[in-house]
Amino acid sequence: MTTMTMREAISQALWEEMERDPDVFILGEEVGVWGGTYAVTKGFYDHFGADRVRDTPIAEAVIVGAAIGAAMAGLRPVAELMTINFAFSAMDHIVNEAAKMHYMFAGQMILPLVIRTVGGGGRQLAATHSQTPDAVFAHFPGLKVVAPGTPADAKGLLKASIRSNDPIFFIEHATLYQTRGEVPEGDYTIPIGKSIIQRQGKDVTIVTYSKMLEVSQKAADQLAKEGIEAEIIDLRTLRPLDMEPVIASFKKTNRAVIVEEGWLSYGVGAEISARIYEEAFDYVDAPIKRVAQKEVPLPYNRTLEQMALPQVADVINAVKEVL
Amino acid sequence: MEKSEYLKLFHEMVVIRRLEERAAELYQQGKIGGFLHLYIGQEAVCTGLISARQPVDRVITAYRDHGVAISCGLSAREVMAELLGKATGCSRGKGGSMHMADVSKNFWGGHAIVGAHLPIAVGLALADAYKSQPAVTICMFGDGATNIGYFHEALNLSKVWNLPVLWVCENNQYGMGTAVERASAVSEIRQKACGYRMPNDSVNGMDIIEVRETALRVLEEIRNGSGPQLLEINTYRFRGHSMGDPERYRKPEEVRKWEENDPIGIYQRYLIEHKIATEQELDEETSRAEAEIQDAVEFAEASPEPGAEELFAHIYSEA
Ligand SMILES: Cc1ncc(C[n+]2csc(CCOP(=O)(O)OP(=O)(O)O)c2C)c(N)n1
Ligand SMILES: [Mg+2]
Repeated sequence: MTTMTMREAISQALWEEMERDPDVFILGEEVGVWGGTYAVTKGFYDHFGADRVRDTPIAEAVIVGAAIGAAMAGLRPVAELMTINFAFSAMDHIVNEAAKMHYMFAGQMILPLVIRTVGGGGRQLAATHSQTPDAVFAHFPGLKVVAPGTPADAKGLLKASIRSNDPIFFIEHATLYQTRGEVPEGDYTIPIGKSIIQRQGKDVTIVTYSKMLEVSQKAADQLAKEGIEAEIIDLRTLRPLDMEPVIASFKKTNRAVIVEEGWLSYGVGAEISARIYEEAFDYVDAPIKRVAQKEVPLPYNRTLEQMALPQVADVINAVKEVL
Repeated sequence: MEKSEYLKLFHEMVVIRRLEERAAELYQQGKIGGFLHLYIGQEAVCTGLISARQPVDRVITAYRDHGVAISCGLSAREVMAELLGKATGCSRGKGGSMHMADVSKNFWGGHAIVGAHLPIAVGLALADAYKSQPAVTICMFGDGATNIGYFHEALNLSKVWNLPVLWVCENNQYGMGTAVERASAVSEIRQKACGYRMPNDSVNGMDIIEVRETALRVLEEIRNGSGPQLLEINTYRFRGHSMGDPERYRKPEEVRKWEENDPIGIYQRYLIEHKIATEQELDEETSRAEAEIQDAVEFAEASPEPGAEELFAHIYSEA
């Protein structure tokens, strides 16, 4: 194991896969000369050259569209969308093309394609630049949606995504890049579509992913001081969704809090709680609680923005309500 | 122009320059958050262009919007207060640097999704044409924005419907770190108008007089029914794309070369050479602008934060 940041882990995954497979290439805005706006591809342009690290115009539809075409024709593109807020400019290609073609043409075409993008609020970027619309993308069958919360998972999941033959929408969180964690040495992958227990506990099940894993861990630390042991399940992949560890945990604790950064309505928490009620109704000892973003476009002002985002205290309060 | 009008333009350019310089300082002190895209180097563009508009003419732009806001008549106070996220800001602290607007001044906003406001400009102009208003919509955007589909959809439809839009490309040579010729098949942006049979022109954006005179002529033509036109204004941003830009994509010599064409310096020389104003008068104007910005900073710092009730205000206009 070595300790590294999320940024380094993602960067390593990309680097190693490009070294391993000459068909893997990167395209996107500022990925080359600039080195990536979040510095993930720093040094790639000099090492791999302009053919494999392709700077594009500001034109998200053709970034994703060209990645789809190249994937259909046998390459393994990793398209970078600078932030998830700009993915809307490529929505048609993501949901009407990438997510549909394998099925619609009865398996004739495969799309080994990764769309890497960056989501999340908390940096005072205001309404258009701070969104966490992960659930929107997870709505579409045909697309796989991955959103890691630790450096180790980010590396293993990204490598698995690049080797996968399906279109993957890979969401990184803007405020997790500096987060450090232990990462295994050498080549490894983590299967897409597997949730994991990140912390053992017996009193309550917290289901979360991405940035909110960090928030939930902090809440669990504080709850532990009061003698409350929370079990944390990290979804890691939103589609396909692996409910097994969630249900197993819930059958033990009989109480759940779901923590996500996106808006409450129609969100990840709505899906998870519905599944728990459907699959483990007999084990329910208290109404399931959801912690999510207040239903407003995120404001610029720091205090207002923090009021809208889910906080450690919100998770603690929700846990106490279900106990 | 009257002498006072010449001086007013000079004043405005210096106000924008000082506002941006102070904003950079406040950003470094952590008093401004998020992204901050400075307009330093481009002052002659918004000042010259918007000085040519009639009050009925609408202005809409991208996220590099502080200068445009000032030229539209917003006070330095409310711009600075917005940057500090205060309740007295033009968007009550909810929009920040990239999202300023004042509809009462016919300034329809800074829009932060590249190219997304161009189709909106089509709609603004459509409304004016529909109601037979003698208004032109001035839509400003960067060189980088001309490569996204929105640009092409908007130009095409504005021509098909013969709408009163002045498309203004502020070609500052880069979209973030990507030089125009690395992202655009034609490096002379005005050529893109030809595909839509649209009259077009290009001007030196470091020369406020040239910008203003061209804008006056073109706005008049559009008002008289020429249909949409595209104006490419060549300029340069002296600072990074936003704060914290490592600027690996350009050489310091290139920046220095452009800095020799400082739009404020050029205009200053013009005013003195044409005996419109004396050096002393311009110094006084500069001092007044500095005082105005000092006042704006003090006002913004002393202003209250938006209250908690602002969080849920304005999600909808009706219950
Ligand atoms: C659709 C979309 N893609 C990407 C971005 C990120 N981005 C913000 S500004 C910018 C560069 C724009 O360049 P240009 O249009 O030339 O304007 P300038 O910054 O030079 O004023 C990019 C890529 C964005 N805001 N919107
Ligand atoms: Mg530009």
